[in-house]
Amino acid sequence: MSEMLSGADMLVRALQDEGVEYLFGYPGGAALHIYDAIFRQQKVEHILVRHEQAATHMADGYARATGKPGVVLVTSGPGATNAITGIATAYMDSIPIVVISGQVPRAQIGTDAFQETDMVGVSRPVVKHSFLVKDCAEIPRTVRTAFHIATTGRPGPVVIDVPKDTTDPAVTAAYEYPETVALRSYKPAARGNGRQIRKAAKALLGAKRPIIYSGGGVVQSDGGLALQELARRLGAPVTNTLMGLGAFPGDDAQCLGMLGMHGTYEANMAMHHADLIFAIGARFDDRVTNNPAKFCPDAQIVHVDVDPASISKIIAAHIPIVGDAANVLKELNAVLQAEMAKHPELPDQQAHKVWWGRIDEWRAAHGLDHGSAPSTNGVILPQQVVKSLYRATGGEAYVTSDVGQHQMFAAQYYKFPMGRRWINSGGLGTMGFGLPAAMGVQFAYPKATVACVTGEGSFMMNMQELSTCLQYGLPIKVVCLNNQALGMVKQWQDMQYGGRHSHSTYSDSLPDFKTVAEAFGHVGFRIDNPADLDAAMDEAFSPKLKDKVVFVDVWVDPDEHVYPMAVKGGSMRDMYLNKITTSQQGDYM
Amino acid sequence: MSRRILAVLLENEAGALSRVIGLFAQRNYNIETLTVAPTEDATLSRVTITTEGSDKKIEQITKHLNRLIEVVKVLDLQESPCIEREMMFVKIHAEGPARAEVKRTCDIFRGQIVDVTASAYTVQLTGASDKLDAFLRAIDQSAVIEVVRSGVSGISRGDKVLSA
Repeated sequence: MSEMLSGADMLVRALQDEGVEYLFGYPGGAALHIYDAIFRQQKVEHILVRHEQAATHMADGYARATGKPGVVLVTSGPGATNAITGIATAYMDSIPIVVISGQVPRAQIGTDAFQETDMVGVSRPVVKHSFLVKDCAEIPRTVRTAFHIATTGRPGPVVIDVPKDTTDPAVTAAYEYPETVALRSYKPAARGNGRQIRKAAKALLGAKRPIIYSGGGVVQSDGGLALQELARRLGAPVTNTLMGLGAFPGDDAQCLGMLGMHGTYEANMAMHHADLIFAIGARFDDRVTNNPAKFCPDAQIVHVDVDPASISKIIAAHIPIVGDAANVLKELNAVLQAEMAKHPELPDQQAHKVWWGRIDEWRAAHGLDHGSAPSTNGVILPQQVVKSLYRATGGEAYVTSDVGQHQMFAAQYYKFPMGRRWINSGGLGTMGFGLPAAMGVQFAYPKATVACVTGEGSFMMNMQELSTCLQYGLPIKVVCLNNQALGMVKQWQDMQYGGRHSHSTYSDSLPDFKTVAEAFGHVGFRIDNPADLDAAMDEAFSPKLKDKVVFVDVWVDPDEHVYPMAVKGGSMRDMYLNKITTSQQGDYM
Repeated sequence: MSRRILAVLLENEAGALSRVIGLFAQRNYNIETLTVAPTEDATLSRVTITTEGSDKKIEQITKHLNRLIEVVKVLDLQESPCIEREMMFVKIHAEGPARAEVKRTCDIFRGQIVDVTASAYTVQLTGASDKLDAFLRAIDQSAVIEVVRSGVSGISRGDKVLSA
């Protein structure tokens, strides 16, 4: 005999049965029955945020760091619409989150009731799937299905819109949590096609100038070790996308760093000159490929992705493989092992030696050192700050970021040793993501060092969450590269709009962030002398301050640009290398 | 660029169709015609969409449709021999000598006159879309009062079946 529960109690019980630890949310009228059910239990801990957008980013950060789905609860209307940016952020980066939104009672739907928004409609383009609960008895199966869809195949956000009367405490139904989900229309591929994998192995072994282009899919499938095995076996260079950083260790000799718009010179040159690109868990984003018509002219493309729609969307794949990145890597390694035993002459060592020779030349010629001398004029360079952070944390921190120049500097200079350590909004590019995402990570790993690299512009988009940090004792370390401007916008205006800084500066009206941090009950530093940088960074991460939020406001050179930068409309080898030098068609060499 | 007919089996659930239509809008694909109705299995709807696009674009549309949770099957009908039909009503001004001419043209196209007034005929015509287009070209444009087309429905020839 199953238990009779109200819709609200069923919803919370289903979250318990799903193993949910934290529910990030904000109450409101349509969600009050659910909030009462939360009050009457202890298993799922609700975290009260200060803005619903931050709740979605926290759930997102939690999901990126753990691989487990993040869960959000908001009310109808403005609660639901405030969550949209966070849902879209998770959608673009394929992050599993489940967002439960209150809705007006069923009878009022469509009447323009108070705080009514068609959440299923508003969220439709930015969710993997969504549900509108029609009856309280559906709730257990709906929750089970939502988690299944969010976490399998290409992960993504799922919305469950819950009309208030379906959670009415006076109406009960039998609770039984389904063990399995059967959806005739949803069967994501897990394993790659064996024949395609053998074809890929053959292509990899035959290549003279191979490169592995690894993306967020490898991080999400926890395929890092299998990727490393593949790279070692082949002796091939690896470049990671912005979303894929860490899946291959950043300080490894075979790692060329990030590729794309602000990728390293060697990564972009190697891509352009490769005869085989092994793309895995990556989607040939426009920030990677530059002009698709000029993309890597000599390369045969092997493309592995769990989502068939990502394959041949931008760049046609010669050998497409649909499957989970980690599974495909493991199978490929097994095939390669057998093939290499049979053909000890493969891969062509002499060709690889020549290939690595060219890569080493590119590295030596440019690397990440783009000619900016370490500050001599008493101004801190933003790159120095990330290097200092890397040093102070021993490369072992979880690092979240916001969006802009600081994000690119963090991606370039922090060498992540493994996946899930670098957490940023890559696809949507959501300013305001960094602090709440860091909080989600800290909830998942209370003892870990969690740093948020931000800029003063991004930080002000969700700084209200400093209050939530105090409430729950989350000792986030915020490292703010304060250039008193919207730096990336300003960089584009410098490079493409004759230096006309249209609405990208506000230096007269910035708050004193040290005081802001203190007002929220935290510790704040302000650093503007290069000589103080390392000491301040060490202090921020010292045992003395390990239980405190520390806001390190570092005033950096406002004129610094991020380089390399892709030349618009060019191929991958066309890059601005610094304010003076451009590598047009590789002529930099 | 070519005109293509996609047949989609869809869970017969509220909101499912809006996802299909939303996908076309969101990804900048064009819908020329759209028909929807339940199938012999009441839990499934069948949607027929005609659209324009290169092979690459049609492949993308098909893949994105398949990504939708409620989409059970997608078939590019013209991959194999198929039958397509569209139904049309045309209300035509028909008085004096033109009245007989409309009737004659209607007969040539094997249409039926399904409603008659002193000044107009309503013609019902079924066929492939180009036949309906040809009929509209054949009659006096200034006499056309109203045109209603159903959009295309299609089915594969022979033993080939689109089923869950």
